Amino acid sequence: MGSQNIQLDQTGKLKHFLSIDGLSKDLITTILDHAETFTSVGERSSKKVPILRGKTVVNLFFESSTRTRTTFELAAKRLSADVMNINLESSATKKGESLSDTLKTLEAMQADMFVVRHQDSGAAEFIARQVAQNISVINAGDGSHSHPTQAMLDMFTIRKHKKTFDQLRVAIVGDIAHSRVARSEIHALQILGVPEIRLVGPKTLIPTAVEKLGVRTFNSLESGIDKADVIIMLRLQQERMRSALLPSGREFFNTFGLTKEKLRSAKSDVIVMHPGPINRGVEIDSKVADSPESVILQQVTHGIAVRMAVMSLTMGASVT
Amino acid sequence: MKICIKNGRVINPSTKYDKVSDVWIDGKKIISTGKKPAGFIAKKVIDATNQIVCPGFIDLGSYLQEPGYEHKATIASEAKAAAAGGFTSICCMPKTNPVIDTPAVVELIKERARGIATPKIYCIGALTEGLKGQVLAEMSALREIGCVGVSNAREAIQDTVVLKNSLEYAASIDLTVFMSCEDPWLAKGGSMHDGLVSTKKGLVGIPSSAELIALSKVLILVEQTGAKIHFQALSAGRSVKYISDARQKGLPVSCDVSISHVNLCDQDISDYDSNYHVRPPLRSRKDKNALINGLKKGQVDAISPHHEPQDADSKATTFSSSEPGISSYDTFLSLLWALVRNGQLTESRAIDLVSSAPGKALGKGDNGITVGDVADICVFDPNLIWTSHSNNIISRGKNTPFLNREMTGKVTHTIADGQIIYSRS
Repeated sequence: MGSQNIQLDQTGKLKHFLSIDGLSKDLITTILDHAETFTSVGERSSKKVPILRGKTVVNLFFESSTRTRTTFELAAKRLSADVMNINLESSATKKGESLSDTLKTLEAMQADMFVVRHQDSGAAEFIARQVAQNISVINAGDGSHSHPTQAMLDMFTIRKHKKTFDQLRVAIVGDIAHSRVARSEIHALQILGVPEIRLVGPKTLIPTAVEKLGVRTFNSLESGIDKADVIIMLRLQQERMRSALLPSGREFFNTFGLTKEKLRSAKSDVIVMHPGPINRGVEIDSKVADSPESVILQQVTHGIAVRMAVMSLTMGASVT
Repeated sequence: MKICIKNGRVINPSTKYDKVSDVWIDGKKIISTGKKPAGFIAKKVIDATNQIVCPGFIDLGSYLQEPGYEHKATIASEAKAAAAGGFTSICCMPKTNPVIDTPAVVELIKERARGIATPKIYCIGALTEGLKGQVLAEMSALREIGCVGVSNAREAIQDTVVLKNSLEYAASIDLTVFMSCEDPWLAKGGSMHDGLVSTKKGLVGIPSSAELIALSKVLILVEQTGAKIHFQALSAGRSVKYISDARQKGLPVSCDVSISHVNLCDQDISDYDSNYHVRPPLRSRKDKNALINGLKKGQVDAISPHHEPQDADSKATTFSSSEPGISSYDTFLSLLWALVRNGQLTESRAIDLVSSAPGKALGKGDNGITVGDVADICVFDPNLIWTSHSNNIISRGKNTPFLNREMTGKVTHTIADGQIIYSRS
């Protein structure tokens, strides 16, 4: 049984949002369309809609995160839900409480939705299998496995700029091996019909056998982003240098850092994306990050609308 | 006790015997096959019609979890599960707490098994003190108290000097070393085979090279020291070739595979079900087929359960955070016979691989079903269909990927040293 089965109810509606893998093109398009209707909410002077009034959303973060947690919180509040933030990184689990026991405690507080970030791959699915029937689980990032709302907001941003997906060349650059964002994006881009997905990075950062997923790999930035319509830069963590996957941040910037000069090999109307937070001078040069090609800040804004869409759709499915 | 096993199909691979016959047991020994001995009055008659009667199974190294981890399992609980699985001899790996590095721990394990009808329990002593890979364990004392071999379990000996010396010392007192091969650096942080499946799941992979590098290192040292090595639970297909090449050079090495690794591969791992988390990891389909091929060709000597019961809490978490290990005694026969039904092994070869062959690896000689042999016998119904549930798995560890599955084949009676240690009611 795939995780796609547990995230849908019997009628095929979203019950949990755990991974992009296994979702239909229709469903993904529905989420994007829903998000579109929510973008206007943020532009109003009163930024609230009553869709989740009376519902309790628990942000369950086993791994620290500021921006993802904040945008989820904002999305829930704009839907009029009550939001509780629980940072478990420094809390119960550190005291030896098991994951199952933590969940039982939180269920007893009668939450309606868990937004989960966890350092282990498969954690959101594990939690979705554990919780009571009426609770929806949204994956806000699990290990190196999946970060489906990030992929959705990236698709939303691409659609805004490129309108359609079926002619695009998309390059994802950097630490693919440890990236849950990259994995979710590969699935989303494929489902939406992108004909060419390129993964760009040194061999140490490209995961085993990834070509079998139907993507092309490149070990040089210039050839990897050649005539690309979309470039998605990934964050490089210092940890990668300590574990001998790379020599230094400086060397990475010299080889895979996106500069204005290197960007010339991409298409003239290329857009540059990044899930943030960005490391200026490591994976991306400031001149690119702040250039007209960069849509990094739009991604953040879109993130709220997309998360509102996902939250309302999953809750809708669980209410009926 | 005088026992008669009536009307079963007796398969004794080492003598190529295969026919419906009766087996007569008196005391610890088999006193007749076929013809009833004069004046024999059986105290117990086992009707084995439509069942197979074969030599009892021999386990080459399991984690019984006592002493030290009694919340997972105990010697009594696992010995009972082993008996129900058709095992007449089981070996306890030294990874206990305290580690089996002194005769006292061996005594304790024997003591815990006293007074209960169990398979014969053998201990595999530690190769290094505390399995820490620094100081040699008192191997001579361990041999004196009855250890059938020594091992560092799955703890890698990182210092090559210690590794070489431990093998050399074991060789000088003629003790077999049971060896698991995994390079600790390549395996660090990993929880499954490094391949497309680990890439998709976003789990850190353990490449096959982790096994091949560690194995090659040991093979080179075997050449140098002459140590007798039994490699446990091979997972990579290429390992089979490395060992068979070494054997052709005349090196004293043998090897086994675990029942899980010849029935499952990484593609079978359902979602993130932690019951599939095992060390070495379940590898690719190609690897699995190469291991089975090795069994067919006689390059792999035995199939062993590598039973590792875990408590529910150790598995009720994410895949990578869960404890590795599969509880295998209860499903062992069904999985062995699945290989027979698939046409991958003949009946006789399958039985040989779990009885006589592992017996030889333990230096126990060739015990079978012929007159004069010790009565270590398994009787099983190869066609009995059952469903594995946590309430009918006898092992305290319910951690098997085969939970809630329909299985075919079940042990009905196990006799060790002429005593019935299991009878399916």
